[in-house]
Amino acid sequence: MIGHFSYIVTVFLMVAGLYILIACSNLIKKLVGLSIFQTSVYLLYIVPGKLVGGTAPIISPQYTVYSNPLPHVLILTAIVVGVATLALGLALAVRIREAYGSIEEDEILARDHAVIATEAANEEPL
Amino acid sequence: MSLAQHLPALQVVLPLISAPLAVLLRRGGLAFAMVTAAAWAAFAIAIALWLQVDSSGSISYHIGNWEPPWGIEYRIDRLNSFMLVLVSGMAAVVLPYSRASIEREIPRESHYLFYAMMGLCMTGLLGITITGDAFNLFVFLEISSLSTYVLIALGRDRRALTASYQYLIMGSIGATFIVIAIGFLYLMTGTLNLADMATKLSTIKGTRPVLVALAFFTVGVSLKAAIFPLHQWLPNAYTYAPSAVTAFIGATATKVSLYALIRFYFTIFGDSLVFEQLPLPEIMLMLSLFALFVANFIAIFQSNLKRLFAYSSIGQIGYITLGLSFDSVHGLAASIMHLFNHGIAKGAIFLLTGGIVATLTTRQGIPTAPTFERLAGLSKQMPLTCFGIVIGGLSLIGVPGTAGFISKWYLILAAIEKDQWWLAGAIVISSLLALAYVWRFVEVAYFRSPPVGQNAHGEASISLLIPAWLLIAGTIWFGFDTSFTVGSALNAAQQLMSNSR
Repeated sequence: MIGHFSYIVTVFLMVAGLYILIACSNLIKKLVGLSIFQTSVYLLYIVPGKLVGGTAPIISPQYTVYSNPLPHVLILTAIVVGVATLALGLALAVRIREAYGSIEEDEILARDHAVIATEAANEEPL
Repeated sequence: MSLAQHLPALQVVLPLISAPLAVLLRRGGLAFAMVTAAAWAAFAIAIALWLQVDSSGSISYHIGNWEPPWGIEYRIDRLNSFMLVLVSGMAAVVLPYSRASIEREIPRESHYLFYAMMGLCMTGLLGITITGDAFNLFVFLEISSLSTYVLIALGRDRRALTASYQYLIMGSIGATFIVIAIGFLYLMTGTLNLADMATKLSTIKGTRPVLVALAFFTVGVSLKAAIFPLHQWLPNAYTYAPSAVTAFIGATATKVSLYALIRFYFTIFGDSLVFEQLPLPEIMLMLSLFALFVANFIAIFQSNLKRLFAYSSIGQIGYITLGLSFDSVHGLAASIMHLFNHGIAKGAIFLLTGGIVATLTTRQGIPTAPTFERLAGLSKQMPLTCFGIVIGGLSLIGVPGTAGFISKWYLILAAIEKDQWWLAGAIVISSLLALAYVWRFVEVAYFRSPPVGQNAHGEASISLLIPAWLLIAGTIWFGFDTSFTVGSALNAAQQLMSNSR
């Protein structure tokens, strides 16, 4: 059980993030959920790369156990991707706020439906 | 080393460089020239690579001369050389078109950003196709996804923003699922090179982490490829994106995700695990049938032409997954063929629809949505555009003489091979649904009189028509001369099935 502690944390974060992503209708909260979800994956990669008592992979006669550095490199890339996604998501949220005056998903949907209803009522001339 | 040996790297690097250069140049015209030149160069390289693979077998290119499995390997075999031709070819056709098309749809000061994003999107899609490294595939997937979100958000309608946001959420979930799957595979094998991973997996097949990886990968890619029922992001994204963007992503983005699915199923997991030990063929078959009937049925009742063809895309993806579920050479070949044939037909239709959007403006010169009320009697004003859409539609139905017929023919052949006659019947009946929505367009455009007081609009400009008609000509050409499509697809399917265990 204790040996799997890090995996339990990973899965908890993963599910919590995914839940926020699905359950919240606020666009910013959704992005928070997405970030937590993506962060949990960083743990999934990083944790198995660490060996207890292992050092950085620099060849030296004193050490025989090395930790795997590759997951760190991969996750560095994944963090950059995550930041880019979050930045783009926030930028879109700002634009949506400007266009709709709201960042609540249900209000935005209601406004779209209202527009469709008025469009159908008085079809704009060509 | 000569330049020819570096073609695999140049395939991705040229579009990648064109994007920041387009931003630095700032001027719309120069940025356009830059990215279009890169797209044409990429197309030429893709054809050269296809010829090379056809004559002398798979190519393995080591990035930075690091030997695989340590370094990143670009591996080109029959399947992805064929996909490279499709992706770069579509980019080479859509980019010249976009010049005139975005004039009306995107503010002039952000044109250069549009071209930069097209360059990045092309890089990402070509990268996913060419790479032989699992994590590299994820990075390219994100490059293409992020640029696609931006491209969709450039649409005029404010609903483009919400469509883009929705796609960002769904797409990121999908991409994260794919990284989780790759993470599990890496944990189990300690390698990221796809070929190396495949050999190491063969001894630990069926262990739980591998099955978990398979599950995460399937769901993640299904989200990105809009496989029914994970398609919710697609109709809005296609409807509100600028026309050139709809044509490009409609013809390539979902297809490349499906390519990734085929690659992982047949090269890495192996078809004995995916299709024999798990009930995946049955699930895939049911979902494909749902896609064929439900999505095509919904398409019939759409009032916006772009949305109609977006739903039709979901249905057509159903044919591709149906072919995969047979787990036979003919079924797989039909899927690969349909990736290509549907790509060019749907690309052509979206380009022509874009011509309608650009021409059919309101009095203030604002482009309008191509709803059926506005399309009434359009064939008299825009005969070439309407006729093109009808031919593209015939290919979606699968009428003999068009490319769509060839892939459906092989699909039915694969169904009969498995003694599933009822499936052959289902394919034909679902084509009738396609006939219904194409007929709806024909009825409105050809047999209704134009609304009273509509200004005469005339045909779409020639720069919009030529690229679209090139693709329409391709649709007819590949309906008669099948040596390229059928030959490549059958070879690719045989190669995949024989290497798969």
